[in-house]
Amino acid sequence: MNIVVLCKQVPDTESKIKLLDDQSGFAEADIKWVLNPYDEFAVEEALKLREAGKAEKVIAVAAGPKRAEDALITALAMGADEAVLVEDDLFNWAEAYQVAQALAAALKEVDFQLIICGKQAVDDDSAAVPGMLAELTNIGQMTVVSKMELNDDTVTGWRDVEGGAQEVLEGKLPLIVTANRGLNEPRYASLPGIMKAKRKPFKRVGLADIGLSSLEPKTKVVGWSLPEPRAEGKMFEGNSDDLPQRVSEVVKLLVDEAKVL
Amino acid sequence: MSKKRIYVGGEWLIGSTDPADVFTPEDFSKEHEMIYETTMDFVRNEIMPQMERIESKDFEFSREIHRKAGELGLLGTDVPEEYGGMGLDKVSTTAVGDAMGRAGSYAVTHAAHTGIGTLPLVYFGNEEQKKALLPKLASGEWVGAYCLTEAGAGSDALSGVTRAMLSKDGKHYLLNGEKMFITNAGFADLFCVYAKVDDEHFTGFIVPADTEGVSTGAEEKKMGGHGSSTRPVILEDAKVPVKNVLFEVGKGHKIAFNVLNLGRWKLGASCTGGAKQCVSEAVKYAVGRTQFNKPISSFGVIQNKLATMTVRAYISDSIQYRLAGLFDDKLDTLDGHAKKEGMENAKAIEEYAVECSISKIYGSETLDYCVDEWVQILGGYGYCSEYPAERSYRDARINRIWEGTNEINRMLIPGTLLKRALQGRLDLLGAAGKLTQELVGFSPLGVELPDTPLAVQEQMVAQCKKIGLMTAGVAVQKFQQKLIDEQEVLELIADLAIEIFAMESGLLRAQKQLDKNGEEGAKYHIAAVKVYVDDTVPKIEKWAKQLLAYVEQGDTLRTQLAAVKKLARYQPIDAISLKREIAERAIELEAYPLFF
Ligand SMILES: Cc1cc2nc3c(=O)[nH]c(=O)nc-3n(C[C@H](O)[C@H](O)[C@H](O)COP(=O)(O)OP(=O)(O)OC[C@H]3O[C@@H](n4cnc5c(N)ncnc54)[C@H](O)[C@@H]3O)c2cc1C
Repeated sequence: MNIVVLCKQVPDTESKIKLLDDQSGFAEADIKWVLNPYDEFAVEEALKLREAGKAEKVIAVAAGPKRAEDALITALAMGADEAVLVEDDLFNWAEAYQVAQALAAALKEVDFQLIICGKQAVDDDSAAVPGMLAELTNIGQMTVVSKMELNDDTVTGWRDVEGGAQEVLEGKLPLIVTANRGLNEPRYASLPGIMKAKRKPFKRVGLADIGLSSLEPKTKVVGWSLPEPRAEGKMFEGNSDDLPQRVSEVVKLLVDEAKVL
Repeated sequence: MSKKRIYVGGEWLIGSTDPADVFTPEDFSKEHEMIYETTMDFVRNEIMPQMERIESKDFEFSREIHRKAGELGLLGTDVPEEYGGMGLDKVSTTAVGDAMGRAGSYAVTHAAHTGIGTLPLVYFGNEEQKKALLPKLASGEWVGAYCLTEAGAGSDALSGVTRAMLSKDGKHYLLNGEKMFITNAGFADLFCVYAKVDDEHFTGFIVPADTEGVSTGAEEKKMGGHGSSTRPVILEDAKVPVKNVLFEVGKGHKIAFNVLNLGRWKLGASCTGGAKQCVSEAVKYAVGRTQFNKPISSFGVIQNKLATMTVRAYISDSIQYRLAGLFDDKLDTLDGHAKKEGMENAKAIEEYAVECSISKIYGSETLDYCVDEWVQILGGYGYCSEYPAERSYRDARINRIWEGTNEINRMLIPGTLLKRALQGRLDLLGAAGKLTQELVGFSPLGVELPDTPLAVQEQMVAQCKKIGLMTAGVAVQKFQQKLIDEQEVLELIADLAIEIFAMESGLLRAQKQLDKNGEEGAKYHIAAVKVYVDDTVPKIEKWAKQLLAYVEQGDTLRTQLAAVKKLARYQPIDAISLKREIAERAIELEAYPLFF
């Protein structure tokens, strides 16, 4: 059996995000793009299963603009066997349903029993694609697992629930499993892995190639905003003699200005 | 794509280089980028959080990191595939060294292992030796070390007194002596030891650490690099099989010098990585630290420091990758058979011995400059070991001392260039002769410059070459064979050469960016080069005049000084504003702003 891992390209969390002047999106110039860290867990888990002889091939799949190929190459360098990219500039600003439709269409051509992906992408944190994809491909889903086992035709998954307890689930293949932190320790792309990645099968398809003409969104991003910059701290200096005076000054400001008391 | 021109070593002194022929960090392939990122991730996740443990000399732990590095391929970029490595290009090795430069004491272990510990075998080992030993070094199962220095033989490395005597049955050499300051000695498995056969023939030997008669002395108490091991290696009738002679008896100096060339370039790369890290850390701190109700990054003096650090790191980076590109282009010309021959590779690399010395000097002095300013930007916190600046400041200092002190390397630069001129490999004399004629009617006022962003800088680099060539020519004519005894003159010639190569490397990189991305896209590259050239031209003029004032007198001197003045004629630019722009960019990104 083959395992599909979904690989989204996201801005590195250290990148400085700047909005475009018209607030319609953010500036890409200074962004460093990486493979979504939760998807790294997915890739690692799939590779481990393959190494344990429980899967034949690991196929990395993404929908994105051209630059998203780098996320797939990272997966290949980590050890995935093949990659498929549904390439279209539309995915620059796509919402979850568009992505899910594209992935579902692309997966029709792929022979797989199990999909593993991150529980969410760290850029928009919407966590919506896996559920939609499960619906569109008509398979089950098991979300946010921090431990999983692959049996003959089932998956057992462990989920952390409130208060440190764990829930143990079993699901029948084919299945989508979404990965939580703790599932494993993703490997680095080794130098031999990096050099091999170039020679692995890499399939690019356009929307038309997978039978799609347009992708209707269900929601639309209508605006962005950045958090307010943190206000400067304020020092109240003096000595022990005027301490009571300063305390009342602080209290007054907390009540009148900061309105926290 | 047309084939790149192969430039001979030192050619940049007398001719110009096409920016398209130069390798720059912006030319990284996807693989280079990933190699760099993997190394950075490894340093960030496996090494930085464990720095205290490494610094405490937990060598078992250092070995564990080393093995992990081996698993990732970080020890095998220079080792051919058939011996367990990857045989990658030199840009890949540079990228690993660059990223590893941030790794404190492990960077020392790594550099000694992959450089002087492994390369003697790669380039000079025979098939049997390479098959047996290289896979263990490339995988990190073994740690390598290099034993050249002795208490009485430091810079004068060939004067060592460690001796090797053939046993009566002709099967072994018995090695006796004491090597000093040996990096990795405390946990190394394999030593490359130099000794004189019959007290005469300087020879390299492969000596496994468990060889009978081999032991190590006490750890040195050092200023920095506390997590690296530095010990004497003691040889008392160490019994080394004859088959462990490396290369040939009496040819040890060939190994030693070739390996040093590579070591110098690798050191330059890792120092440059360290310098870029200083910039990033200093900017982050400056943005977060408030005094007088403002982040200190808003103060002009701090911005000036950040910009100057950035510019130096940029130039150093340009040098390191340009040199890697020169290596790769030259090695590409080797045919299939020669490619496999270690010696052929070493010969190709020797072509750039001068550039290797420059890379080492420039990288180590850039790092020292940057760590010093990093400490300064942190103020009192920079002096306290709670912040990494304090350790980095101490760690950096060794780089001006080992792999040939910077003084020795400075002496090597003019020495090697002259030797090449006499061998007919580099037409310095022809160029100097042409220049003399050209200078007769030269006037800088008559020069019409194209209206391009870096035209002035290009012109000034060309003029500085002429100044260098002219003054060096005067010195050679005056002292002839005795020039070797005029060290202050040699030092000035070296400094002229270093700064010419430095300016030009930055210039070519910025020009390449300009050609590719236009003036706006290359904005900070252009600014960095303008600032650097502005700072350097007056230095070149000063050094040239100092040299001439020593060598010549009277009317001849006056004529020559006038020629230098004419050649160095330059109207200063507004460097302060440019530096502010560079600093503001670094502050915006909170990082060294000129990588990728
Ligand atoms: C931490 C550490 C690790 C080391 N690791 C290794 C290792 O792994 N393997 C190894 O073989 N060696 C190693 N070394 C040795 C190192 O390479 C030498 O220390 C270095 O070559 C300088 O030699 P020296 O210390 O004897 O100084 P000296 O040669 O005594 O030099 C003293 C001063 O005189 C100057 N000087 C010397 N000769 C000249 C000259 N002809 N012209 C002008 N100036 C001159 C030098 O530049 C220097 O400033 C290490 C050293 C240290 C401190």
